[in-house]
Amino acid sequence: MKKKNIARLAPLGLVAALALSACSANGGDEAVSTDSKATISYAVWDENQVPALKQNIADFNKEYPNIEVKLDVTPWSQFWTKLQTQASSDTLPDVFWMNGPNFQLYAANDQLEPLTGLIDDKKIDPANYPEALDTLYSYDGTQYGVPKDFDTLGLWYNKSILEQAGVEIPTDAWTWDEIHAASKKISDTLGDQGVYGMTTSLTGGQEGYYNSILQAGGEIISEDGKKSGYDSPEAIEGIQFWTDLIADGSMPTLQQLSDTTANVWFTSGKSGFFYSGTWIVSELSEAENTMDLNVAPLPKGERQATVIHGLANVISSKSKNKAASEAFVTYLASKEAQTTQAEMGAANPAFNGTQTAFVDSVPHFDIQVLLDAQDYAYPYPISKNTAAWTQLETDLLPAAFSGDKPVKDVANELATKMNEALAKE
Amino acid sequence: MTLPAGTTLGGIAAAQRPARQRAGSPTDGWWPWLFVLPTLLGVLVFYIWPLFQTGYLSFTETGPFGGETWVGTENYAKMLGDKNVGLALVNTVVYTVIVLLGIPVAILLASMVNRPGLRFATFYRVLFFMPYIAMPTAVALVWRMIYNGDFGILNWFLSIFGIDGPYWTSTPGFAIVAVGIVGMWSSLGFSMIILSAGLKNIPPDFYEAAQLDGASRWKQFTSITVPLLTPSIFFVTIISVINGFQLFDLLYAIMGSRNPAMQQSQSLVYIFYNQAFIHNNRGYAAAIAMLILLVIGIVTWFQFRMQKRWVNYV
Repeated sequence: MKKKNIARLAPLGLVAALALSACSANGGDEAVSTDSKATISYAVWDENQVPALKQNIADFNKEYPNIEVKLDVTPWSQFWTKLQTQASSDTLPDVFWMNGPNFQLYAANDQLEPLTGLIDDKKIDPANYPEALDTLYSYDGTQYGVPKDFDTLGLWYNKSILEQAGVEIPTDAWTWDEIHAASKKISDTLGDQGVYGMTTSLTGGQEGYYNSILQAGGEIISEDGKKSGYDSPEAIEGIQFWTDLIADGSMPTLQQLSDTTANVWFTSGKSGFFYSGTWIVSELSEAENTMDLNVAPLPKGERQATVIHGLANVISSKSKNKAASEAFVTYLASKEAQTTQAEMGAANPAFNGTQTAFVDSVPHFDIQVLLDAQDYAYPYPISKNTAAWTQLETDLLPAAFSGDKPVKDVANELATKMNEALAKE
Repeated sequence: MTLPAGTTLGGIAAAQRPARQRAGSPTDGWWPWLFVLPTLLGVLVFYIWPLFQTGYLSFTETGPFGGETWVGTENYAKMLGDKNVGLALVNTVVYTVIVLLGIPVAILLASMVNRPGLRFATFYRVLFFMPYIAMPTAVALVWRMIYNGDFGILNWFLSIFGIDGPYWTSTPGFAIVAVGIVGMWSSLGFSMIILSAGLKNIPPDFYEAAQLDGASRWKQFTSITVPLLTPSIFFVTIISVINGFQLFDLLYAIMGSRNPAMQQSQSLVYIFYNQAFIHNNRGYAAAIAMLILLVIGIVTWFQFRMQKRWVNYV
C-alpha cells in the first residue's frame, strides 16, 4: 500500500519529502524503495565466506544502490561475547548471523525482529527452506530467522583403508551392527600401523551422540524444550553405542581424540570411518588423500536419523533502519543470493534446489547423500540457555564414554542436572 | 603474561625505599595533577570503576543482556559450596608454585648470561627472552604438539627409555603440571631480564674483594649475588604469583574447552570465564572475580610483610 502511494506521487517530485515523513510516521517500517538511503551493518564470523557475501551485497546494491551494507567480520571465538555486549548496550548490528544454540536466548529476550511482516507480504516463503530449519529459528510460533545454509551428517570413509582391511564400502542399508563390525575389523587388521576403524568428535553432540540418540529413537530435549531426554532407555542406548566402540578398540579413546582431533586422524589416513557434516567438505576436498575419501549415509539404528543445523540471518529489534535491513534480509533469503553462495563454494545453501552448485563443486564426493539426509533430519536440540546444559554434557559424558561409570548412571545424572538447568530458564 | 595495572617497576622501587621519598613541596599547587590526569583518568575509568562495578554485580543476579536483581550474599554462599571452586583454587596454586620454581632457574641462567667476558651474550639473552614475547596461543600450539600422547616428541623420547608416557594434556593431574611447565618456561625470559638488571647493580668491587679472599665462584654466587639480588627476586616473585593466579590463556589454549580432563584442571579465572561468558551467570562470575582479587591481595600483602625477613636493600 504505502509503496503504491509513493509511486503515484512520484511525478510530483515529492518522493523524498514524503518518504521521510512516512519514515518518521511509523518508525521507518516498510517504507523502503529502490532509492532509499541507509547504512546498515551486517555481522558475520566466517572469513572464508566474505568473498561470497561481498558478491551478495554488490548484487543487492544493483536494486538498492543507496543502501550501504557494512560487512563486519568478527572471528568465531569473540563473536558471541561481542554480540552479547552489543545487545546489553542496545547497539546490535542491524543484520547478523545466528546459530541454533544462541537463537532462543536472543529471541526470548526480545533482541530479534520477527519476520512475520515479510512472510505475510510473501517476500519470504518459509516453504523454500528445510522445515527443520524453519522450526529451529521459530520461537513461540514466530519465525525470527531466514535459513542461510544447512549441514547434516554423513559417514565419511577412506576407500583405501577399507580395501586393505577387506571391509565393504558402506551402503545406505548399513546399521549399527555393520558399522561396528567393520570398524572392529579395521582396528584389528591395521592396528599395528596405528589405524583405527572409527573416529569422531565426542566433545559435542552434533558429530556423535546426538545422531545415535536420535537413531535409537530417543531425544536430547523434549520438543517444547522443557525436559531432558537423557534418562530414556533410547538415549542411554545412543550413548552406549560410542562406549562400545571405544571399549573394544574400534575407536581411539577420548584422551587420544583430545590430543589429536578426529578430523586429523581421518585426513592423515589413520582412521577408516569418520562421522562428520557438510562443513567438512572443503577441508576434506583439500586433504592430500582426498581421492580416497567419500561419504555415505549415517548407519541406521532403530530408525534413520541425523541432526540438521544451519545458520540464519536475523534482524536486530533495535535496528534504526528496519526497512532497509528487511530489504537486505529478503535479498539474502532469495534463490539468487543463495545460489551465489553455493557457486562460490561458501556454504551449502538452505534454499531448496540451489544446492546443485555445491554438489558439483566436489564431484568425487557423493555430497547428494548429505542433501538427501534432510528428509530424515531432526532439528539441532536447543533451549533458551542451550550453553548451560551442553556444558553439562561436556562435563559428565566423558566418564560414560571411557567406561569409568555405567552409562545409565551418567545419563540419569545428566538428565537430573539438565532438568534443573532447564527449570531455571 | 602482562603486568597487572598499577604494578610498575617504579611503584615497587618506590615502596622499597620509603626513606628516600621526597615529600611534595607545598609550592607545587594543583598543576602537577594536570600531568598525571590522563593516566589517572584511565586507571579510574578502566580499573577502579569496574572494580566497584564487579563488587556490586557480585551481589546480584544478572540477565544475559543486563538488568540486575539484588540477591544479597547468595552468590558467595553458592561459591562456598561449589566444589569446583575449591578444586580450581588448588589447581591455581599448583600452577603458581610450578611457575615460582622457575625463579631459581632464572637466577642461575641470568648470572651465567651476565658473566663478564661471555661470548654471544646478546644472542643468549635474545634466545631466552623469545618465549616471553611469543603469543601464548602460538606457544600453546607448539607445546600441544610436543605433549601429544600418540605422536608427540616427548613421549617418543620417553619411549627410548622404555617409559610409556601419559596423555599429558588430557589426563587429570598431569594436565595442570604440563600447563605449569609451559608457564614456567615462557616466564623465564621475563624473570631473567629483571634479574639481569638487578645483577648490573651489584658493585664489581664486592667480587674483587671476594676473589682476593679466595672465595670460589659458587661461594661468590651464594654469598654475594643471591643476597644482593633479593630486591629483584622479590619483585619477580610478586609478579609471578599475581600472574600465576590469573592463569587462563595458556590453560585454555593448551587444553581446549572440551578436554575430558578440563573439569579437574580448571583454574579460578577459567571458572570465571565459563560462568560469565558461557553460562551467562555474570553475578556469580563477579563473585569469583572478587575471590580472585581477595586471594591475590592476601598473598601479596603477606609477601610484603615477609620481605623484611629476607630481602636486603643495599
